[in-house]
Amino acid sequence: MSDYESGYPDYMRESLEKVAATRASRVGKSFKAMTAEEKDKILRDFHPDWKMDQKRGLKVGPSKGQLMPHEVVDILEAHSIIKPEDIDLSSIDYDIDVLIIGAGGAGLSAAILAHDSGIGPDKILIVQKLRLGDANSKMSQGGIQAADAPNDSPTIHYLDIIGGGHYENKPELVEAMVNDGPDVIKWHEELGVLYDKLEDGTMQLAPGGGTSRLRMHSCKDYTGMEITRILMDEVLNRQIGYVEFTSAVEFVMDDKGQVAGAVLFDMDSDEYKIARAKSTILATGGFGRLHIQSFETTNHYGATGDGIIMAYRAGANLIHLDSTQFHPTGSAYPEQIVGQLCTEKLRGRGAQPVNVDGELFVYPLETRDVEASALIRECFGRENGVTTPSGMKGVWLDTPLIDIINGEGTIEREFAAMFRNYNKFGIDIRKEPMLVFPTLHYQNGGVEINVRCETSVPGLFAAGEVCGGVHGKNRLMGNSQLDLYVFGRRAGKAGAERAKTTKIGKLNLDHLKRYEKGLKEGGVETTRKSPMLLPEYRGEKTLEHQLKLL
Amino acid sequence: MENNAEIVTIYVMGKKHNVPGDLTIMKAMEYAGHQFTRGAGCRGGYCGACATLYRKKGSYKLEGALACQKIVEDGMYIAQIPFNPAEKTTYSLDELRPDANTILEYYPELSRCLACNTCTKACPQDIMVMDYVQASLRGDIEQAAKLSFDCISCGLCAVRCPAEIVPYNVGQLARRLYARYVDGPSQHVLDRVKEVEEGKFDEGIKELKNMDKAALQERYETREKILE
Repeated sequence: MSDYESGYPDYMRESLEKVAATRASRVGKSFKAMTAEEKDKILRDFHPDWKMDQKRGLKVGPSKGQLMPHEVVDILEAHSIIKPEDIDLSSIDYDIDVLIIGAGGAGLSAAILAHDSGIGPDKILIVQKLRLGDANSKMSQGGIQAADAPNDSPTIHYLDIIGGGHYENKPELVEAMVNDGPDVIKWHEELGVLYDKLEDGTMQLAPGGGTSRLRMHSCKDYTGMEITRILMDEVLNRQIGYVEFTSAVEFVMDDKGQVAGAVLFDMDSDEYKIARAKSTILATGGFGRLHIQSFETTNHYGATGDGIIMAYRAGANLIHLDSTQFHPTGSAYPEQIVGQLCTEKLRGRGAQPVNVDGELFVYPLETRDVEASALIRECFGRENGVTTPSGMKGVWLDTPLIDIINGEGTIEREFAAMFRNYNKFGIDIRKEPMLVFPTLHYQNGGVEINVRCETSVPGLFAAGEVCGGVHGKNRLMGNSQLDLYVFGRRAGKAGAERAKTTKIGKLNLDHLKRYEKGLKEGGVETTRKSPMLLPEYRGEKTLEHQLKLL
Repeated sequence: MENNAEIVTIYVMGKKHNVPGDLTIMKAMEYAGHQFTRGAGCRGGYCGACATLYRKKGSYKLEGALACQKIVEDGMYIAQIPFNPAEKTTYSLDELRPDANTILEYYPELSRCLACNTCTKACPQDIMVMDYVQASLRGDIEQAAKLSFDCISCGLCAVRCPAEIVPYNVGQLARRLYARYVDGPSQHVLDRVKEVEEGKFDEGIKELKNMDKAALQERYETREKILE
């Protein structure tokens, strides 16, 4: 580090020197993986999911009694932001066959498949709270899994997923995902997604936490961005209907008990509008911006969990919402990017987590829940973390190893986004490690679906992060990207098929009245309203969210 | 919560605010009381929603940045450009060919490029924008695709271009052409799709689906790992 000025505060120098001093001796070495018993113990002792005082049982609706984080129960045990009597259902603003709520990877895929299945572009409507493509999908860096390597198979992929998910996944959903995986990659290539390849034209594949084969396909560290922008381009080319800055706030139902569209809120004019549809596909993504247990998050600005409460008020079952994914490596320093994702692919390509003394303490590719727990233990169980100027703790992710192992230039080529991002804040990750700590990443649970993406409510389909059951109690890296396209496509196809034969009856919002009654019967007394639509960071909260952590 | 950073003065669309000097433009605007609907997205440098033009006090120079990635400076004048009324042509990728003229056919304004490099200077991703515009003009699809890859379509290049070219849409077409027709599909992907269709893995998955948890766990814990 001779002529390089460190991007870290002076007081971290001693620790950084220890990391640099042990680096050469760590090349080719790995901490041993945990046994099933060790994993079980560390999860119970250190994973945030096991802090039982951070959860409570839900008092209302079809999934009553399920334990969920307080922040999730808070949006479920809440009044709707609309009053049924204020909404005029006789005036239809958008009359379509297929309504798609959310324009991330799942929603965009659903739109394209609905179009492929014979629905006219003007009979499809995508509504999106922010812009087309504004979603967590775009922020996925490291990759997408699919079992297409010669030494791999959907069967092996299935076993990795179900073991990683603690055997709680819905088997038929896992089966659908692993079987569709290779076809999703083929579809992407036909659409013009530029995957990283080796010189012989085969995919460049990397490992991920909990994978037993090299299965991670990537587009540098812009994987989700590359795929999302192409799906957006395709939706625009096909001239499929969409409206931006318009948020669905509640479903509309009809007198046959089916979902028949949604009440929309125009974010510019503050007006409510009505979309009537024969099939409705929910693809609103996750809840990272609820800041479960006050964790910082990797998630998009719009990830406020709107879909789960809308679906729940309409009567849909929820599943696995007691389980939340904390990504092992979020930025802990610099302050400006605390909580942001440092892709698992960094570990896949050789970066190792090391403590304040430059020592290995965990196998780098445990499943995410176990890896995150090990980082928390190192900081708060063993006090081997590095404290940041704002009082947060973290451990080092030793990135310079990537170039040592894979050759100079690897970081700039494969981690262009990370390299650029850290450079903007004065840290060269080729020369110095990143300081990391687990960050809120993914909603493991959500709305329950079947392999056709049908929910328990007729007329309502769901796909992507808003759903639960696919990943069980812990998702593996690269399987959320796959999930989006597998189930987004299935939802678009099934939604289109249903739309061809469905007749919509008289519209009503009676489910909101029933839900109000349920709140009363469950003894919920609150002034809270949901969905949240956008998080609140104004004024002092800006600083709180920047500085507050454990 | 305490923040000991030095307080700086910024001007958000002309209005003066005093904010902690270590915040990004986005967080500083929120600190000053803005709630974003437009102008904020992923908050991590991946989506281009927060394209921002700024000028520092005493300078004539307009500079571009992503509000979520740029730390405020004293005397900074800030205006966000959350939307760009740019032309995006529509096409069916299936019907295109990766010929030297394809991109120019869809974006003929490319030929107006003055090679002034304003686009490159405006790019918050430090992409050689002019170089890929020129490559597109020459019909070098591969070069255009590779040079433009890190583009997040924030639109600052198009806003600044005196020839009214929309580089990010040009790059998108180049990348799709290159990936589809030049790079092409990987054979092992096509092979595996066929095997799945033929039901080659159905038995194996069925066996796993029918196992009780103990047997499945045993299979998982003892599975072979090939990670080289």
